[in-house]
Amino acid sequence: MNLIIDAIAWILDPAHYGGPNGIGVRLFEHLWISVLSLLIAGAIAIPAGFFIGHTGRGKAAAVLVSGGVRALPTLGLISILGLSIGIGVQAPIIAFVVLAIPSLLAGAYAGFEAIDRRIVDSARSVGMTEWQIVGRVEVPLGLPLLIGGIRSATLQVIATATLAAYISGGGLGSFIFLGLRTNDYTQMLAGSILVIALAIAFEGAFSVLQRLVVPAGVRAGQRTNVRSGSSRSVAAAE
Amino acid sequence: MNWVLNNLPLIGERTLDHLGIAVPAIILSFVLSVPIGWVANRYSASNGALLWLSGSLLALSGLLYAIPSLPLFLALPAIIGTGLRDPINVVIGLTLYGIALMVRATADALASVDPHVEQSATAMGFSGWSRFWKVELPLAGPVLLAGIRVVSVSTVSLTTVGAVLGIKSLGLLFTDGLQRNIPGEIYAGIVMTILIAVVLDGILVLCGRLVMPWRHAAALKPQAPTKLGVNA
Repeated sequence: MNLIIDAIAWILDPAHYGGPNGIGVRLFEHLWISVLSLLIAGAIAIPAGFFIGHTGRGKAAAVLVSGGVRALPTLGLISILGLSIGIGVQAPIIAFVVLAIPSLLAGAYAGFEAIDRRIVDSARSVGMTEWQIVGRVEVPLGLPLLIGGIRSATLQVIATATLAAYISGGGLGSFIFLGLRTNDYTQMLAGSILVIALAIAFEGAFSVLQRLVVPAGVRAGQRTNVRSGSSRSVAAAE
Repeated sequence: MNWVLNNLPLIGERTLDHLGIAVPAIILSFVLSVPIGWVANRYSASNGALLWLSGSLLALSGLLYAIPSLPLFLALPAIIGTGLRDPINVVIGLTLYGIALMVRATADALASVDPHVEQSATAMGFSGWSRFWKVELPLAGPVLLAGIRVVSVSTVSLTTVGAVLGIKSLGLLFTDGLQRNIPGEIYAGIVMTILIAVVLDGILVLCGRLVMPWRHAAALKPQAPTKLGVNA
């Protein structure tokens, strides 16, 4: 337990906050690496997922991508990208984009797929164009599962962004890798506690957010939807 | 490619190290999750302290899964007193992740069993214990299998992270290949990791066929979707 107390003392030490290797800068790096990766992954995966969910085309490919990428070890991907494009922040960002795509893609198309087809047909029969069906019917109704996908992608990226420091990409993992190189367990543990606290803070924020963004009309029937949503994601990963 | 051909024994050795960490973690997480998931499902419809227990088991497993792997492998020695480079930390850490995923899957799997079937079993004279083993668990099998397949794939992939601490697995091919600038070594590690994931997945599917032979027969007939939307 002394080890943990030492690590907490390290975190609380004001000397570790300023400067280019301070907790402030490293936290900022960690967050912007994660956000940038998620934005790029979202720009690719969410429209693709909407397209698959709306047209029903390419579903086999989407299942293959989301299943196959899960088996790909991120550490290996960062290593090989690091060798080809050099150390720094680019290689980890590409790896995190790849990491985030399956959850976002699955969330986007599973959200559309979970909608009762009769609702979509009714929207078409009252004269909505395909774009209106997507924008006004499918996106709002598919939102709970999409947010679920964004949530798991964000948590995965925030957690894995620790590995950016493995090829000098910065972030909170820097304390861990510096500690590993200098055999300074206190610093490694302090870095670990910081990353764990950040991940738990995001998990908590998302569980609040997920409750807030669900449309009020959908929430009434949500009690039964929560379960089918979670088992659906297990089935989608299959 | 030359590196791979000259180092086949090393790749084989690292593959065995990898299996030595991943396989125990997958088996342990399955064995430990079933009772926890049973408790979470059993009391999900009750009230008071038992409902609270069920809810907090599920919430705790969600929170556990949010904890990043490398920091967990580093923090475990401080909590349980093992050495920093002891593979046991990775086995325990991966088991915890497996439990985090499997408890939820087990609770869902047991909830997917038709209550009428459970009541019929009770009416036929099954005791609670034998009803669980002979009726509920086999019927929950397909959803349990889907859950353990997800756990297996993510465990095999996360095992490589231990290499950052010097713990032997296929991940050491990544760290070593990066340091010594040998792309072939890193590719070999990636290919072998995916291969292990695919082979273990195949073994799980095969085990599923062996212990649930009725599903194989049922799959030949067209089926109505189950109520959870999981394709049985």
